[in-house]
Parts: sequence; structure tokens; C-alpha cells
Amino acid sequence: MTIIVAAALTLVAVAGTAVVVAGRPDRQAVTLSLFGLLLAVLFMALQAPDVALSQIGVGTAIVPLMVMLAVRKVHQRR
Amino acid sequence: MNRTARTVMFLVAGGGVAVLAVLAVLRMPAFGGSHHPYRDHAVRASVSHATSNVVASINFDQRGMDTLGEETILLASVVGVSVLLRPAEDESKSEHLGSGRVLDATRLGGYVLLPVTLVVGFDVVAQGHLTPGGGFQGGVVLGTGMHLLYVAGRYQALERLRPVSAFEWGEAFGAAAFACLGISSLLVTGAFLANVIPWGTFGGLLSAGTVPVLNGAVGVEVASGVMVLLAKFLEQAIFVRSGEGGTR
Repeated sequence: MTIIVAAALTLVAVAGTAVVVAGRPDRQAVTLSLFGLLLAVLFMALQAPDVALSQIGVGTAIVPLMVMLAVRKVHQRR
Repeated sequence: MNRTARTVMFLVAGGGVAVLAVLAVLRMPAFGGSHHPYRDHAVRASVSHATSNVVASINFDQRGMDTLGEETILLASVVGVSVLLRPAEDESKSEHLGSGRVLDATRLGGYVLLPVTLVVGFDVVAQGHLTPGGGFQGGVVLGTGMHLLYVAGRYQALERLRPVSAFEWGEAFGAAAFACLGISSLLVTGAFLANVIPWGTFGGLLSAGTVPVLNGAVGVEVASGVMVLLAKFLEQAIFVRSGEGGTR
């Protein structure tokens, strides 16, 4: 169990760094989605399935989608 | 404020936060320990109210007031997005819809997954008091699941199935139902959001008293809220064009 938690924590740290390094918001939306999915895996490993479900819905689907749509709108205005 | 002053201010404030954070972490119980007094009380209270999902019992029964606050935050953000993203005076809503190319596999995947996702969403709401999930999670699944119609390449189909005004009413209705349930239990028992409905048998679909009812109200509110939010964002990104000299 400890190994799974450690692995999930490491993946979350790597993915979080990837979101920061990605720099541009449109790329960040994609990495953010992956980061959200890995965070849900971590919550599952820590035996919090309710939180994991919310995380998948909000962090993996809705927030990245809103960022993508906002970026698209900003590009149109240029 | 010049650069030096800002750096000094950051170092002082950042140092203070760092010291406090380290002190707090040092005094925390060890990671993964087995001593959880709050858990023991919460599980006992949840079982005594015939709620098999302890998290649902905490969210809707033991700490229902907190959940009402969270639902109000969601309502406020949906209202805020609706106000901010309405077409401005110098923007026009274009009727022209550029038909993008959609892969057949994507289209098939969208249509196959749509009913599956909707059934899963309803199930997550309806079984929220028994298994992990609940109104919020199920509502998000339902609200995003409907957008598989858009992924499958038919924005018109999505628009027909999604009268935004109905979902705006749904959002308000869900939030109001939650508050009304709280007020009616206040009138009956003298405690806001008290569990007034008979608890039923532990583990049965009809159990946990008010928890499944509140789950339903939250499910309606969250599903409607997600639909309205994404509808406003999609409308701005796809249809609304800024008018003459509209670039700001």
C-alpha cells in the first residue's frame, strides 16, 4: 500500500511540475487534465473514492475544458 | 513600491509562512496513523442514522449546513459567469456554424458513451447514500456527459436537447429545494437540516432519511449548473463575434 501511495505522490509531483513548465495556457489545459487524473488516482490510493470522483469530474473534465474555451476566445480577439 | 522593498517584504512574509508551516507539519499526527477520533464519532453517527456511505452522512446529515454553503458558492459562480459572458453591446451572435470535420470513430464513441454516461450519472446520484458518489459527483457526470453530443459533432443536437433557460431554472430549483428542506426540518424539529425522514433499513435504497433527497436536490442543481456554465463558455467561444472595432 505504501508503495502505491508513494508512486501516486511521485506521479502527482511530476505532473504538477509539468503543468508549471508547460507555460502556455493551451498546453497547460492538457497537462492540467492529466494532473487531475493522477490526483484522482492518489485519492483512490488514500481510500477517498468520493473525493476521487469529484476530482475526475471537475479537475479532469470541466476546468481544462473551460480553460481551452477561454483560450480560444482570447485568440479570436487578437 | 520599489524592487528592494518588495523583496524585503516577500522575504519577511515568506519566511514567516515557512516557519509556521514547518511548525504545523511537525505537530501533525503521523501520515497514515490509526488514531482518528473524529472518524470514530462520524462512523458511529452515520451507522446510527442507517447511512452506509459515511462521507454522504457527513456531507448531508452531520454537516449539512456546510454543504448548503458549498451549493450557494456554486450558484453564485454560475450567476457570475452568466452575467459576465452575456454578449456585450459591441458583440453579435453569429448564426453561421463552421462545420468541423469529426472522425467517424469519435462520432460513434460519442453516441455509444452518451447513454452509458447518463445512466452512470443517475446511478451515482441515486446510490450516493450507499456507495461513493452523490449529488455533486453524479451531477458533474450528467452535466459533462450531455456534452458528448457536442463531441460527436452535432452542436445543433446539443442545443435542441439543452434549453439553457430550463437549466437555469433547474439550478435555482435545486438550490432552493436544499434550503427549503433545511427550513422545513427546522420547523418540525427545531434544528436546521435535521434528519426528519424515517431512516429505513441500513444499506437499502430507501435508507438514510433526508440524505438521498438532498442528494437529488444537489444532483439537479449541479447538473444544471454545469450545463449552464459550459453553455455560456461554448456560446462565447463558438458563436459570439466582436463587432466593429471590437478588439480590446
